[in-house]
Amino acid sequence: MNSPAPTAAWHGFAEGPWCDTVDVRDFIQRNYTPYEGDAAFLAGPTERTTALWDGLAGAFAEERAKGVYDIAYDVPSSITAHAPGYLDRARELIVGLQTDAPLKRAIMPYGGWRMVAGALETYGYPVSAELEKVFTEYRKTHNAGVFDAYTPEIRAARKAGIVTGLPDAYGRGRIIGDYRRVALYGVDRLIEAKRAEKEELNAPAAVGRSPEETIRLREELAEQLRALDELKRMAASYGHDISGPARTGREAVQWLYFAYLAAVKEQNGAAMSLGRTSTFLDIYLQRDLAAGRLTEEHAQELIDDFVIKLRIVRFLRTPEYDELFSGDPTWVTESLAGIGTDGRPLVTRTSFRYLQTLYNLGPAPEPNMTVLWSPGLPRGFKEFCARVSIDTSSVQYESDELLRPRFGDDTAIACCVSAMPVGKQMQFFGARVNVAKALLYAINGGRDEKSGAQVGPDTGAVTGDVLDHDEVAAKFDAQLDWLAGVYVHALNVIHFMHDKYAYERLEMALHDRDVRRTMACGIAGLAVAADSLSAIKYARVTVDRDATGLVTGYTVDGDYPAYGNNDDRADAIAVRLVEEFMRKVRKHPTYRNAEHTQSVLTITSNVVYGRKTGATPDGRRAGEPFSPGANPMNGRDTHGYVAAALSVAKLPYADAEDGISLTSTVTPEGLGRTREERIGNLAGVLDGYTASGGFHMNVNVLDRRTLLDAMDHPEKYPQLTIRVSGYAVNFVRLTREQQLDVVNRTFHHAL
Amino acid sequence: MDAAPLRPPSGAVTTAAAATRRPANGSLHSWDLSTGVDGPGTRFVAFLAGCPLRCLYCHNPDTMRMRAGRRTSADTLVAEAAKYRTFIAASGGGATLSGGEPLLQPVFAGELLHRFKHELGFHTALDTSGFLGARATDALLADTDLVLLDIKSWNRELYRRLTGQDLAPTLDFARRLADRGTTVRVRFVLVPGLTDAPENVAGVAAFAASLGNVEQVDILPFHRLGAAKWEALGKRFPLRHTPVPTEAETTAARAVFAGHGLRAV
Repeated sequence: MNSPAPTAAWHGFAEGPWCDTVDVRDFIQRNYTPYEGDAAFLAGPTERTTALWDGLAGAFAEERAKGVYDIAYDVPSSITAHAPGYLDRARELIVGLQTDAPLKRAIMPYGGWRMVAGALETYGYPVSAELEKVFTEYRKTHNAGVFDAYTPEIRAARKAGIVTGLPDAYGRGRIIGDYRRVALYGVDRLIEAKRAEKEELNAPAAVGRSPEETIRLREELAEQLRALDELKRMAASYGHDISGPARTGREAVQWLYFAYLAAVKEQNGAAMSLGRTSTFLDIYLQRDLAAGRLTEEHAQELIDDFVIKLRIVRFLRTPEYDELFSGDPTWVTESLAGIGTDGRPLVTRTSFRYLQTLYNLGPAPEPNMTVLWSPGLPRGFKEFCARVSIDTSSVQYESDELLRPRFGDDTAIACCVSAMPVGKQMQFFGARVNVAKALLYAINGGRDEKSGAQVGPDTGAVTGDVLDHDEVAAKFDAQLDWLAGVYVHALNVIHFMHDKYAYERLEMALHDRDVRRTMACGIAGLAVAADSLSAIKYARVTVDRDATGLVTGYTVDGDYPAYGNNDDRADAIAVRLVEEFMRKVRKHPTYRNAEHTQSVLTITSNVVYGRKTGATPDGRRAGEPFSPGANPMNGRDTHGYVAAALSVAKLPYADAEDGISLTSTVTPEGLGRTREERIGNLAGVLDGYTASGGFHMNVNVLDRRTLLDAMDHPEKYPQLTIRVSGYAVNFVRLTREQQLDVVNRTFHHAL
Repeated sequence: MDAAPLRPPSGAVTTAAAATRRPANGSLHSWDLSTGVDGPGTRFVAFLAGCPLRCLYCHNPDTMRMRAGRRTSADTLVAEAAKYRTFIAASGGGATLSGGEPLLQPVFAGELLHRFKHELGFHTALDTSGFLGARATDALLADTDLVLLDIKSWNRELYRRLTGQDLAPTLDFARRLADRGTTVRVRFVLVPGLTDAPENVAGVAAFAASLGNVEQVDILPFHRLGAAKWEALGKRFPLRHTPVPTEAETTAARAVFAGHGLRAV
């Protein structure tokens, strides 16, 4: 780069390669100050913070009652479409809103016009005839493109719900811009670097790339450059010039937030995660603290203010979407802590400050606080995490021991469990397939057990009355072969169209040009499928057929080992299923040569998937919810949550690199008798799970009574947060059906 | 079956050799992993079947009868516990024998404690009423890092009313543990109208304080969550009408123990 080093802004920072090329990790490694102490230094909320946050209470209540607070219904959103908006201009330290007013949702039609129009109609807002004409006649959307290219087979699989939750009508998300780059370098420097990347591609076909690839990349880089320019203009509308690097802690928070804000103005992605920002920002706060320009109280205020902004990110979605991913999630996931490849913990005072917001502002689902856990983290931090979990149930944990060797130490989680090195990797989000339904297809020769329609290939229905394990297993294998093919095909169509019609210009501008892409497949219904196979193998399962010969019910005689008891007889079935499906997925070529991965994750959709799936041979009745993520089925894990966790820990991360989700709910008494003991024991459980190869754990420390009361008196619990399969939600914003599912789910309570 | 195990007093016998000489099975109700309730940390807990007491407030009435348990070999149980070695080494914790009354099967209990401690390297705990304390050999106690000793009452008549048995063996066992220097956590179930009389609480507290080896007293508030288990056995829960203690009553009982210089939680 040719621009002179911005010495004033970088004063006091240790220099290195990061000065010459865009390399945030190098900057962090050379400049951060690990913190090994405890939480005693933290500051509570200031009057300003409390007043700012409380000022939103009325709007939150109204939003809860109406579904949305307000909608900017006639302006298609872009980085610069909306005039500046404020919460309380006199009090705000960090500024910027998605639209011109708080909680006012934007419309983002590039993903699909139908989603926008449907949502506006649902909430009683006018649908502009002019915009409708633009986005149906003149400007094609992602959704329209996808349905042009879907095959009849994909449509049938989608309709039956065996392939489900696909991002074909909304933004795919799960792309994390490296928002830190804006604070460290300023936008001008990033523009310069992107220009250089583009110039390298000026040859008609750059080395090693096809003409089509080269042209596409040049167009994408042009869009990225345009987005960076818009980012500068948006910040300028708030009175900030972000062309140069941030000079203070407050500016660093503000610059970083502007970058993130531009992303959420432009994209209604299923998950709009933040990245790994706390230790980066700590370097700036630490510099100001050391120079006496900042107090602890003020440093905390900046983080509190930033987090308030992250808590009010909103997207306009339809009721059908909410049914699947309920509680209005945005997955502003922030990855905290972890250990550096040099062995130094990446825990700083600001890692604590982020968690402290759960006290200063109360519990909340967003931002999705994710601790990258390692037994090697400093004890003071581990105990603080455990304390925050016990008090707020708002933290999830992922194994830094599994992440670091694969992805390095500047990795963040997108959404719930999807790891990616920040600014270097993105994923093509692929939702999931229902493997429990696929097992029913095996029994019914490819016919759907609900509709009777022939959806899968006709592999011949099972003819006997008692299910034979080897026969069912062979047919299941054939159905999974088919399912993997139709699934990857659907994802290729979706991501081709998303790149074409709803490209994430700003987020990708904050990536390296040549990113690693993954095709993130996923499975739901793992526990149901594994238990069903175990029941067929170890007990006696008799089928009931309807008049058309379709198997619709099962009778199980005898006991069978169930997944979730650390019993290899059942767990090995689940392990094999994960390995097998991954192997089948890998056989199919992907768009942009993305690397195949899969997750075992359902978010809250386990309820809907269960509803759309008939009775299963494990004894589960038709319509009953699945267990969430990789959890064992409710009530079948009979030896406590540690035994259940170790069953889940057996699932091979190498064949589920997009993440394996486990939700554990314990009562406070189930962790020990005193508060001190509970904190130590929970930290111990996380150490034990990580050491045993576990990947992810949601921790809820809740009382069944509290949940039942909250169902009847939601107004008393506006902030009650619970973690469900990789993210957190406000309990009172779940549907009643989902609330019941949470309550009925195994409460691990030692008597 | 319950002959005293052949083991040198030092306990310094090799495991393999010892295992071949011991009866290798007993009656098991179930096993479980628990955190913070059956001793420190996360623990593998084996619930042995059978109990000589008939406590009115029992929350595990399904463990009272030895015959209702499953015949299980020590090998099987040690293999099950071994699955948690990595976890427990990282989390802190160990293994606990509970029940039922584990000392109803002293040989089986002794072998399990020995193998948990020496084969698996676990911290070991024994959850007992102490009524059969005389059956615990010195070797068994040498393999026991912590005894969770349930002293249900200080008053002999009340003890008999609550449990159907004598109090004296429990107190004798407590003194023996004190003489040996075995670490003890006393457990005291606070039952309104039964065990909560001030002189009863004070009596247990004074006795526990006199021992010198009591690291902690767990005041366990009576609860009725075991009622369903009584019903499942076709019996009526004897204390179905007894109220659970209030937070204030539990705190007051803790204060009595604390007043005797004990750590009460």
